Amino acid sequence: MASLAQQRRTLPGFGLGLGVTITYLSLIVLLPLATMLLRSLGNGPAFWWQAVSSARVLAALRLSFGASMAAAAVDVIFGLIIAWVLVRYRFIGRRWFDALIDLPFALPTAVAGITLSALYAGNGWLGQYLEPWGIKVAFTRVGVFVALVFVALPFIVRTVQPVLQDLDKECEEAAATLGASRWQTFRQVLWPSLAPALLTGFTMALARAVGEYGSVIFIAGNLPRVSEIAPLLITIKLEQYDYVGAAAIGSAMLLLSFVLLLVLNLLQRRMLRVQR
Amino acid sequence: MRALLIGVALAFIGLFLLLPLFVVFTEALRHGVLPYLAAIREPDAVSALLLSLKIVAIVVPINVTFGIFAAWTIAKFRFPGRSVLVSLIDLPFAVSPVISGLVYVLLLGSRGVLGPLLQDWDIQIIFALPGMVLATLFVTFPFVARELIALMEQQGNDEEYAARTLGAGGLQIFLRVTLPNIKWALLYGALLSAARALGEFGAVSVVSGHVRGYTNTLPLQVEILYNEYQFQAAFAVASLLALFALVTLVLKTVLEHRFGRELKTH
Repeated sequence: MASLAQQRRTLPGFGLGLGVTITYLSLIVLLPLATMLLRSLGNGPAFWWQAVSSARVLAALRLSFGASMAAAAVDVIFGLIIAWVLVRYRFIGRRWFDALIDLPFALPTAVAGITLSALYAGNGWLGQYLEPWGIKVAFTRVGVFVALVFVALPFIVRTVQPVLQDLDKECEEAAATLGASRWQTFRQVLWPSLAPALLTGFTMALARAVGEYGSVIFIAGNLPRVSEIAPLLITIKLEQYDYVGAAAIGSAMLLLSFVLLLVLNLLQRRMLRVQR
Repeated sequence: MRALLIGVALAFIGLFLLLPLFVVFTEALRHGVLPYLAAIREPDAVSALLLSLKIVAIVVPINVTFGIFAAWTIAKFRFPGRSVLVSLIDLPFAVSPVISGLVYVLLLGSRGVLGPLLQDWDIQIIFALPGMVLATLFVTFPFVARELIALMEQQGNDEEYAARTLGAGGLQIFLRVTLPNIKWALLYGALLSAARALGEFGAVSVVSGHVRGYTNTLPLQVEILYNEYQFQAAFAVASLLALFALVTLVLKTVLEHRFGRELKTH
């Protein structure tokens, strides 16, 4: 790769491009986010801590992060199976199913939200069969979890699919010829390549699920301290003109997400190093 | 084993993806075609549709422009701080849509940092179209930029260098060499950002103020109808959005199949 000076001499537009990019990012992303962080500390750190550590806020944060991890974990299992089936097997309608995987990306969250609650409400399409068994989904934490499973699925499938496509089938066949059992082949041949992709997918799914709003609020019932997610609590604080409180929850969410993403990234780096 | 895995995968897809799609349209047509048509022709629904399309029409060209500038800078040059810019572009994906709206309320709302200033000049941003556009921009700008950066990095600079050597100017290089190489990726990114802009709910909901017939987009209209227990009407409006989503999926699949090699290696 040529040095920057050489590149700039050869290709024009560096100064202009950099200027536009930095200006735009500052105005659209940095300035507003910095405002929120400053505003959240506007009444002092003690006030921030008080706002964030109230029982209602803590319960909401715990639910948002807990349900997201559970949903992302479930999607890792089923996402892997789906990706495997779509890559390795040929069956009628495969392409249609493949295209459908992106539905949660494309379908507006509010539409997903009202649809899921129509499905899982006590008298709903599926709810009426679950209720007699004592399984309540809509208006409980389970509802939050179900909505997040829907939202996060494509992240896992779409990160694992290309890895599976690149994996050489011959390696597995060789392992089988050498007497490896199915499980051994999976564990020792496939898993080392799949694990980092699964972790990437898990991380992306988690980041999306933690902040999810539209598809959750209709099915959750939004009972304070029980099924109320953190993003909803932000909108409630805003409606009460508690701007500092809203900013405090927002900054706490960002902080927690940041720490979580950092840990997952370190974990992944370690995983890749061990393999080498 | 094979049959079992296919069974599990298809059952999961059926339960979590196909069934909801089916439910949207069935609920929308629950009382027949006439109530359905009445619901989507209702003045509030029509003005919501127009506002949504207006936001898409403003946001997508801005995303395309920024995406081109950002991708040219990041993919064609190596400079200190480059990876920071890349992370900043990815940042909106890790931020809750509600926070994307909140930050603008805190900055530009009547009690926000710049609120008094804007009030003096009689400029309304929050609870009006400009605020909704800003919040949508925050959520959607990464789509075009990411798509282009990935592709342009992979393509390298050789063709641009050659054009330069042959005496082409900057704009000429971009229009004649770079643009033809990235046009499908550009369209792909624009499609994704349009779909997200049309359906964005959380961010827009926070900055809209819910002024009926004035600051209601289609997704917000769905929420209002649903909360008023007008379920059939809510699903009728929702079915329009679902239809747009299906069109997006079809176009996306077509682009990936026909021009897969000219998009990035997915």
